[in-house]
Amino acid sequence: MLEIKNLHVQLEEEDKKILKGVNLSLEAGKVHAIMGPNGSGKSTLSYVLSGKKGYEVTAGSAHLEGNDLLAMAPEERAAAGLFLAFQYPVEIPGVGNMTFLRSAVNSQQKLRGEPEMTAGDFLKAVRAQAKNLKIESDMLKRPVNVGFSGGEKKRNEILQMAMLQPKMCILDETDSGLDVDAMKLVSQGVNALRDGNRTFLVITHYQRLLDHIKPDIVHIMAAGKIIKSGGPELALEVEKNGYANLLEETA
Amino acid sequence: MGIEMNDVHVKDGVDSETVEAVKALSGTYKYGWNTEIEMEYAPKGLSEDIVRLISEKNNEPEWMLDWRLQAYKRWLELKEPNWAMVDYPSIDFQDQYYYARPKSMIEKPKSLDDVDPKLLETYKKLGIPLKEQALLAGVEAPDGERKVAVDAVFDSVSVGTTFQTELKKAGVIFCSFSEAVKDYPELVKKYLGTVVPVSDNYYATLNSAVFSDGSFIYIPEGVRCPMELSTYFRINAENTGQFERTLIIADKGSYVSYLEGCTAPKRDVAQLHAAVVELVILDDAEIKYSTVQNWYPGDENGKGGIYNFVTKRADCRGDRSKVMWTQVETGSAVTWKYPSCVLRGNDSQGEFYSIAIANNMQQADTGTKMVHLGKNTKSRIVSKGISAGKAQNTYRGLVSMHPKAKDSRNFTQCDSLLIGDKCGAHTVPYIEVKNNSSRVEHEATTSKVDDDQLFYCRSRGMGEEDAVALVVNGFCKEVLQALPMEFAMEAQQLVAISLEGSVG
Repeated sequence: MLEIKNLHVQLEEEDKKILKGVNLSLEAGKVHAIMGPNGSGKSTLSYVLSGKKGYEVTAGSAHLEGNDLLAMAPEERAAAGLFLAFQYPVEIPGVGNMTFLRSAVNSQQKLRGEPEMTAGDFLKAVRAQAKNLKIESDMLKRPVNVGFSGGEKKRNEILQMAMLQPKMCILDETDSGLDVDAMKLVSQGVNALRDGNRTFLVITHYQRLLDHIKPDIVHIMAAGKIIKSGGPELALEVEKNGYANLLEETA
Repeated sequence: MGIEMNDVHVKDGVDSETVEAVKALSGTYKYGWNTEIEMEYAPKGLSEDIVRLISEKNNEPEWMLDWRLQAYKRWLELKEPNWAMVDYPSIDFQDQYYYARPKSMIEKPKSLDDVDPKLLETYKKLGIPLKEQALLAGVEAPDGERKVAVDAVFDSVSVGTTFQTELKKAGVIFCSFSEAVKDYPELVKKYLGTVVPVSDNYYATLNSAVFSDGSFIYIPEGVRCPMELSTYFRINAENTGQFERTLIIADKGSYVSYLEGCTAPKRDVAQLHAAVVELVILDDAEIKYSTVQNWYPGDENGKGGIYNFVTKRADCRGDRSKVMWTQVETGSAVTWKYPSCVLRGNDSQGEFYSIAIANNMQQADTGTKMVHLGKNTKSRIVSKGISAGKAQNTYRGLVSMHPKAKDSRNFTQCDSLLIGDKCGAHTVPYIEVKNNSSRVEHEATTSKVDDDQLFYCRSRGMGEEDAVALVVNGFCKEVLQALPMEFAMEAQQLVAISLEGSVG
């Protein structure tokens, strides 16, 4: 599904290298987790994959189902099936949440040359998905993320994901700022989207999210590289011993 | 106007239909084409003879000519104002045509069916329905049947006015200004120049001398106008100024909602537009006046475009009278415009909602004046200025509480949005309070369209320009909601179109 080869990235504004040769291969239907200490480049990886400005790719490649992601505009990547659930979802004053969702769904369908969803079908779909995530209709009318609590923002990201039905979902520290109940709700939302074909890349600091969203493979990232990959037990090891041992091992 | 849309239902903020409609439109200025038609011009330049000629072309009575001549004499004594934050080459008033009408309009057509097909085609192409039965055809408006009567002004003359018979049944007079001078001289004499006096300002005085046509509306006592009224202004001829005059009188307890739209072809040479609008509102009456100004803005290097110098004022003469100005200013190379409210009657109310967009080399200096004279009067100002490219956008507003305006209140909210780093936004509020029981509030913000917002939208599948349109429409939401729904759709699209090329 997603092939990342020897990806090197630095900031555009300053000469600071962040990713130093990332290799990742994600098969369709699998859940991969990336863990790592602060500043290891996890969020940068998610931004570069989704096309945020400000980063320069100096070497390497990233392909989604064989398509060169790095050559595409952010909206084209989205239409090709890539979705990033933001760590800090952005507020857009004055734009109703529902309006935003409809605009996103229609834009992607248009880019893919598919017929647009009718207003009726769209409403039905939103209501059903919102119910699963316990999103009140009031939250659908409010401006995008404006005045939302941390938990509401994250649930809203998952609602967008559910509506857009991406092939490849990247979750950037979706657990940050969530209490236990909110984390359960969000995880349920994510798990409901696991269908054997959809692929997930879950970026997190903590093992606790992985209790709810069970990964197939866990990668440890440090200083811009994947330093170790393994099964779910690797996450438990990190939880128990921290990153220090792993860092020493590879140093 | 958004009349051709299949769906005129307006939802919260900008909706997906808008974004879709925006995509379907290409090119930055949609109305830049020109109509090839045989025209009759007055000789170039301005003189007493030209003033007399315009009056003669309109078959005006003596009193109207005298009024014009008095204005012309006055204008000769005035100096062009230069306090606004706009910079343009000085206008050669002798290098303009002051009167241009299609030859087919010399004999005024008896009905719309007799109007030159080329003119009808022009309005059809602009999306303005001049056929009464064809209006909003195929559109299922959610709140039942809605009609809009249109007065179509082409260069110096009114081409025709729809639904006049139906309006007459309700007692409403809606006709071109030149017809009003002939058919309702008493009403015109009673109110003309009482809101914007002949000597008011340089451009208003010029307009008083050379205005050629415009719209006249009278809503009798207690009548709620059965449909929206609108005027569509089209400048077509080259090197010709358009000087129209609008006079609306809402008699006691009446109500009317009026819309105006304006466009012009792309020309390399700047053209002058100086209009005067007077609103008279008597006891318990209400006028809603909406404008979507989309004159040709000039090209991205500032070549051509309309110089728009407009004086608009509402006189809330009666107690409990109300006026609401809503304007979406997207066009013109230079805009100089301050729709104002004189709150003379006790308990009268004035509201001003404005979106002003300046892109490329456009300059806008716009705002309002709220003059509180009566007791317990209220005013509200919501201004949204958007600057992009190398444009300069100024909000200039006066709130004045006179000694007798006891217990009056004003609330002003003035927000500026910048796109890119070569444009400017300026806010110039003037506040005068001459009594101690009134309250004035002023809030102002300046923000930039945030790259993170744009990236967030794009990561969800929206193109860059759609993303800008969405964010900006969100910024303008309070004002867009104040527009009648026919215009809200058009305005949302315009916001997007006028900002094309502003990012990237």
